[in-house]
Parts: sequence; structure tokens; C-alpha cells
Amino acid sequence: MSSVAVFSKASPFDALQRWLPKLVLAPSMFIVLVGFYGYILWTFVLSFTNSTFLPTYKFVGLAQYARLFDNDRWWVASKNLAVFGGMFIGISMVVGVLLAVFLDQRIRREGFIRTIYLYPMALSMIVTGTAWKWLLNPGMGLDKLLRDWGWEGFRLDWLIDPDRVVYCLVIAAVWQASGFIMAMFLAGLRGVDQSIIRAAQIDGASMPKIYWKVVLPSLRPVFFSAVMILAHIAIKSFDLVAAMTAGGPGYSSDLPAMFMYSFTFSRGQMGMGSASAILMLGAILAILVPYLYSELRAKRND
Amino acid sequence: MATLELRNVNKTYGAGLPDTLKNIELSIKEGEFLILVGPSGCGKSTLMNCIAGLENITGGAIMIGDQDVSGMSPKDRDIAMVFQSYALYPTMSVRENIEFGLKIRKMNQADIDAEVARVAKLLQIEHLLNRKPGQLSGGQQQRVAMGRALARRPKIYLFDEPLSNLDAKLRVEMRTEMKLMHQRLKTTTVYVTHDQIEAMTLGDKVAVMKDGIIQQFGTPKQIYNDPANLFVASFIGSPPMNFIPLRLQRKDGRLVALLDSGQARCELPMSMNDAGLEDREVILGLRPEQIVLASGDTAGLPTLRAEVQVTEPTGPDTLVFVTLNESKVCCRLAPDIAPAVGETLTLQFDPAKVLLFDAKTGERLGVLAPSQPVENMGNVTRLNRN
Amino acid sequence: MTSLANKPALSLSRVAIYAVLIVAVFIYLVPLVVMLLTSFKSPEDIGSGNLLSWPTEVTAIGWIKAWATVKGYFWNSFLITVPAVLISTTIGALNGYVLSMWRFRGSQLFFGLLLFGCFLPFQTVLLPASFTLGKMGLASTTTGLVFVHVVYGLAFTTLFFRNYYVSIPDALVKAARLDGAGFFTIFRRIILPMSTPIIMVCLIWQFTQIWNDFLFGVVFSSGDSQPITVALNNLVNTSTGVKEYNVDMAAAMIAGLPTLLVYVVAGKYFVRGLTAGAVKG
Repeated sequence: MSSVAVFSKASPFDALQRWLPKLVLAPSMFIVLVGFYGYILWTFVLSFTNSTFLPTYKFVGLAQYARLFDNDRWWVASKNLAVFGGMFIGISMVVGVLLAVFLDQRIRREGFIRTIYLYPMALSMIVTGTAWKWLLNPGMGLDKLLRDWGWEGFRLDWLIDPDRVVYCLVIAAVWQASGFIMAMFLAGLRGVDQSIIRAAQIDGASMPKIYWKVVLPSLRPVFFSAVMILAHIAIKSFDLVAAMTAGGPGYSSDLPAMFMYSFTFSRGQMGMGSASAILMLGAILAILVPYLYSELRAKRND
Repeated sequence: MATLELRNVNKTYGAGLPDTLKNIELSIKEGEFLILVGPSGCGKSTLMNCIAGLENITGGAIMIGDQDVSGMSPKDRDIAMVFQSYALYPTMSVRENIEFGLKIRKMNQADIDAEVARVAKLLQIEHLLNRKPGQLSGGQQQRVAMGRALARRPKIYLFDEPLSNLDAKLRVEMRTEMKLMHQRLKTTTVYVTHDQIEAMTLGDKVAVMKDGIIQQFGTPKQIYNDPANLFVASFIGSPPMNFIPLRLQRKDGRLVALLDSGQARCELPMSMNDAGLEDREVILGLRPEQIVLASGDTAGLPTLRAEVQVTEPTGPDTLVFVTLNESKVCCRLAPDIAPAVGETLTLQFDPAKVLLFDAKTGERLGVLAPSQPVENMGNVTRLNRN
Repeated sequence: MTSLANKPALSLSRVAIYAVLIVAVFIYLVPLVVMLLTSFKSPEDIGSGNLLSWPTEVTAIGWIKAWATVKGYFWNSFLITVPAVLISTTIGALNGYVLSMWRFRGSQLFFGLLLFGCFLPFQTVLLPASFTLGKMGLASTTTGLVFVHVVYGLAFTTLFFRNYYVSIPDALVKAARLDGAGFFTIFRRIILPMSTPIIMVCLIWQFTQIWNDFLFGVVFSSGDSQPITVALNNLVNTSTGVKEYNVDMAAAMIAGLPTLLVYVVAGKYFVRGLTAGAVKG
């Protein structure tokens, strides 16, 4: 019924034009497929081999995972991640939200204050770790400062206390990231319709109540994004541990990222290191997938 | 300038998906002004993009002049387009905006300068040439967008809802200006709009579209007086045509429509006498201006008393709403008539102008011929020739 | 009138708010102040005073020693960061341009695959990447690090530009095509001149990320090719000899200064990048 037109008049220039977008994207596509997904697959394969200092492809099934789960150090690292991640996320969120809400009250010199809160985010975790390692130095750091200031009984030796060293990591990480959470929430608060607040005021609600019941709930997406990012930072945390404690004392402040690095590159346990990397990926996916799912569903409902 | 012909154009975005454009057949002569009108999602913008070459068609052919341009890239089709958002290059001045296409086509600078000067003068934007689009008002941006299109002197101009981002007053001004410009330049133009007033006022030809199908293609007059179906009848005209669902009956050997205002009844004799229409669900269509107040000189036409429910004086007219057969019916009466709510008016209809549509399919039914000669209505041309 | 009546209570709570905010300012500033103070003290001074005590004698010896130690690595970091930032931003801009304005079948899928790269824990690609760099003869070179940073920076740079470009109306590209402009002409003449803000965001984000990187640096470089972060870590965590905290702190300041400077100069773009990259990522 419909005659099919013959498109024959495309010149070579036009043909090139038509292919250009694909050509431009092609290198990146290659990089993503190989450098991201291919390499993940490769690591995945390695985790089933008994590779040590060099990759070998003798498959040992789940043996590396079994070894990993038998490894006390891995469990310490995992437990530390739970404690570190939980506290880091929780405290950063509370501090960030609180500062954002306070800063949203038409504060004088707001820009300056914001700049101060956020500058740690510009620093490397190595710099942060170095600074806090010094601050938390038992005997010379804050420990001594507060005693000098008259708090005679003050002791702060967490950095060498295997049971508390992980809190040192939390302190430094919160110092670095909470300003960022503040910035995210402040941006969110600036986007909240002011008429909602006015309507609630007319209804007679107090400001704390308005924030708690009306404003913050409307920032749910920011909340999820923030948790997402903090969790991501926590799981990948490597440099902070390296700079502050190098996993010590002993391996009491190990995190999975540190574990992976030292088993893969220092101890020649490539197979087990790969297995630990795959488990880290699993942890990220466990957080990411539900998040993306809810994001996509929300978008579809728009 | 050139003719434009669309031969059985089809467009789908993939097998299994509904056709975006279906068997589009159109042709306009050199210098004609074609309007594509329809509700959003009807395919009119897609059709325009296909003409421009911004989207490929999946069947049929697009002819500009004698040339099949279906497979050509946009730049080779010699077409200029004015976009709804104007699409002015924000980092370029007005002059650079107009020059851009000419420079890419490697025109020499002296000719470019001359062309910019001509267009700027034509559109009275000379004083804006060194400004950036962000510094212009909506109306000025609109002019620059038109200037950019005019500068290339292409074979065909495409306008994609160019006035819809303007405020109401400016829109009416620009509408007139565009019409003036077209009368002067005689450019072949395709103009997409969802505004039926723009469609009626600007077009030499109008194509009313819905669901990717051309519902009717004709002059504005044909579209208005002689709509092909219920959709066209309802889409064109403001206030819209009144629709009264009813069942035709046979009385004294002729088909009649029984109208009931609650206060009185009247029989509207139908012009056709088709046996198939008897006792059938139809929709009777009547434009608001075709309901008049009964007066002496139109004696002989059916009359009906009805109670006024709402009046809306618009200035040039008074819109009076009454109820006929449980449908709200709008009558467009002279402005000096200001009936109070609850008052009873005697209304009069010309059965010859009543349109009938199939209640199920919406198709026009029958062809109306005057059931009785109405000499005193000679100012209305009848175009019922389907 | 009611606002007047509320005034006293309001100002009390406002005082509390200001108090919290100002205390927080001090807490955030303490590590920086301590670093600065310590870096200008002599080792004896550090031993006798405390974190916030003023140096009895301001000395730059810590800075001089630190600079002598990390100088080479500091330039390494520039050698790695500058090309990596420029290349990854350029590719990101082109990718974003295609993904927003020249979509084709499969391009959205690619974008989805790429997005995941923003969350990729790099531990899962370290080994294969080091094998590859070895094969390419780039192991332990700054070029190798440039390469790695470009590859794993693409996800973010593409995301930045793609999200910026989707808000530019399609009609602009259509108009330019009708004007006869091709793929690169449109990019260079129309899109790029509109991109200054996002280019700034992307440059600053990438600069901060790459300058501050430690993981890639420690895995893919050794000896003379190491970036400043690795050198700093080596300096601070060596167990041999007497700890010179003034040198440590000066070195940390040296490592942190370039990004701090960028932050102070172009903080607006830095914050925008953080929130854009993060929220959408």
C-alpha cells in the first residue's frame, strides 16, 4: 500500500555525518566494555583461581571465598566496615542536616561559613589522615592539649587502642564529608517551596516542627542520595586507613579496601584479594540496585 | 520558491509501534501557505520534521519542486525553519545568528552583509543586530528567528508553532504581520499550529491532523463550513460547534430531528431523506452563530422557545447558553442583546446548515441540500460537495 | 504584629543557632590551624608545646625539608593531573554531546552502563588494569597513571556534560543542521561556547579527584613516578628515624594546597560539581 522510498542520494559526506556520533562514542564504548565490565569479569575469574603473586588459571572453585571467610582478618575488616560505615553515615548525616538547617535561617556571612564547612572535601584523604593522625596522637595531640588546658584526667589514646581505633577513622571521615552533606541538604532546602513553610506557619506550627514534619520529609531524595554517597565512600575507603593507621594496631583497623590491597599486592594472595574485591562490588550493588530501582520507579511515576 | 508534495508519507519508530504518520497525501502550489493543525501528539510536528529532513520517513516520498528529497540531509533540502523556542544561538549576536547559515554555505562576506541588511530592514531589527538573544524580548527573538529563516531565501519555509510562546496581544499582532509578509514575499510556507484561529486566518490550505492521519485537507472555508467528521467540526471554531445527540424520526414522510428545550419542542426537517438514517443515533452539529433570535424576516424557519441559563457578554457578541435535548447549547447573539438568566428567548435555526454525524464513527452523514429555498440567506455560500 | 511579639524568643533561638554554627566553624578549622602551626614549629617546640600553642620561634625549616623531599612527586602529580584532566574532560564533553543530542539506538544503554562506573569500586579492576599497563609498557610511569585516570574518570566527565546538555533544547541543533552545520561544527560553534560553566565544574572535579588520588598512585607507580599523595604517605608512615612532625605537616600542606587553592578560587564550581556529580550519580 505504501511505496517504499529509495534513499540513494546520500553523499559520502552525509554518510560520514551519519556515522560520526557513533564513531565519536566508539572509543568510550570500548573503554567501558573492556575497562569496566571486562575487567570486573577478569577479577571475577581470578577469584576462582589459586593465583598468588602472578595470575594463574588453575581453577579452585570457591576455595578462595572459603579461605576468605575463614580468615579472621577479613572478618575484622568486615566488622570494622559495619561499625565505621554505620557511624560515619549516621554522624555525617546528623551533622550535615543540622548545619544545613541552621545555615538556612538567613544567617549573616553564610557564604563564608559554608566555605569553611566544605573545605575538607577539597583535601585528599591522605592529607586528612595525616592531619588527624597528628591531632589524635596519644601524648602529643588533643590528648595533651586538653590536659594543658586544665582537664587533668583527659586521655585520648584511641589511635593505639585496638578496640577504639576505628572511631578515629570515623572522626576524620566525618570531618571530611559532613560539610558535603551540609551542602547537599542546603541545596535541597533552597529548592523547597517557601509557601509550604508559610502555610505551616499560618497553621501555627513552630519552626523546629515545620522542619521536622514538613521540610525534611520533602527532601527524601536528597537523603537517599546522601546515604548512597556516604556508603560508597565508606566501602571504598582505603586512603584514610592507609594514612592514619595502615590498618593497625595489628590489623584492628583494617577495612575491606585495605584488606584487598595488602593481600593482592603485598602478600601475594591474588586469588583471595580478587575474591575480596568481588565481595566489595557485591556490597556496593546491594546498596545501589535498590536505590536505582526506587529512583527509576519514582521517575516513571512522574 | 517551490511546490511541495507529500506522496503517501509514512513514519513509524519501529515495528510493532503505532504509526506516527499514516499515508499522508498533501500538495501545495508555489507560494501557498499550508497549515498543519491538530491537538498535541497528532503528528504535525513529526510531519514537519520529516519535511525538514530532521527525521527520516519510513515510506512514501517528499517532493520539493520536481525533486524527491526524501533521502536528503536537511542542509541539502534548501529549507529554513522557525522554531517554537526560536532556537537562537545564545552565544552569538543577532547578526551572527543570521549570518551563521550563510557563512556555512560559504557565501562571500559582501553578499552576507547585503542579505543581513535586507532581512534586518524587512523585519525592523536593525537596531538589535549587535545584541545577544538573551537581551531581547520574546517578540524581538521571534523576529530574529524569522530573519534567520528569511536570510537564506530557501525554497520552503517551515514554522513550528512560532507564535505560541508570545503573549496574547503580541501573538495577534505577529499573526497579522506574518500574513502581510507572506502576501508580500509569496513564500511557500508550512506552518504548524494547534491554534485553530491561526489556522483559519493564515492558511491558504489547512490540513487537520489527528493520530497521524490527515482528517481533512482543504481551504479554511471548506474546513469550517464543511467539516469531514466530528473531530474536524469540534476542533475548528470558537466557541466550538454545538453537538446534540438524538435519534432521527420520520414524520409525514420526511426525516425530522426533534429538539426539546424543556419549555417547547420543535421539529427540524432534515434535507436528506435517506431511509438508512431513520431511527438512527446521530449527532446534530450546529455552530453557535447559526442560532439566531427569531425575527420577522426569517419567518418560515423553525423556532423554539428556550430558557436562558448563562450569558457571557464577550464584547463583540453575547454568548447565551440554553439546554436542548439535555445538551448545553451555545448561541452567539448580537452584543446588544442582554437577556437575563431565566428569561425565555425564541430561537430560530436554519435546518439547511445543520450537520449530521454518525454517533459511532463520527463521520459526516449525507450531503445537505436545502430542503426549501432560502433566498434571504443568500450571503452564506454552500460548499457541501463531499 | 505577631512577628513583633515573637521577637524575644526568636532572637534567643537565633543566638543558639549562631553559637552552634560558630563553634562548628572552629571545629572544622582546627585541623588546618594545627597543621599550619605545627609546620612552622621546630621539633623541640613541638615536644614542649601543644597543638595550639604558638611557635616560640617561627621557622620554615619544616617546609624547606618537606619541599626537598616531595618536590619531585609534587611535579609528578602535575604531570599526571593536567593531561588526565584535559583529556578526560574533552572526551567527556564529546560523549555528553552525542548522548544528549545525537542519540542512536543503544546510546541510552551505553549511558546506563557508563553510569555504573561512577559507583565502581576500583578494587575490582586494579589487577586487570595493572596487567594491561604492564603489557602496554606503561607500568610505573606517569603516562600509565594518566591513562588510568582518563579511563576511570570518563564516567563522571560524561555524566557532567550529558546532564548539562540535555537541558539545552534540541531545536538548537535542528536549527544548526538546517543552517547546514555538521556534527563538529555544531559542537564547536554552538554547543561549546555555551558550556563554560560545566567545563569549569568538570575541570575542577577532575583536578581534585586525580590530584587527591591515592589508590591508583600506590598501585600503578613506584619510585620516581609516584604522585604526591603516595610520597606524603610514605613520608608520614616511615617508621625509621625520629618523627619530624613539622615536616609531616608541611608536606601535608604542600599536598593539599593546590586543591585548596582551587577550592578557594572557584568554590562555586566545586560545590556545583560535588552536588551535580553526586546527586545525579
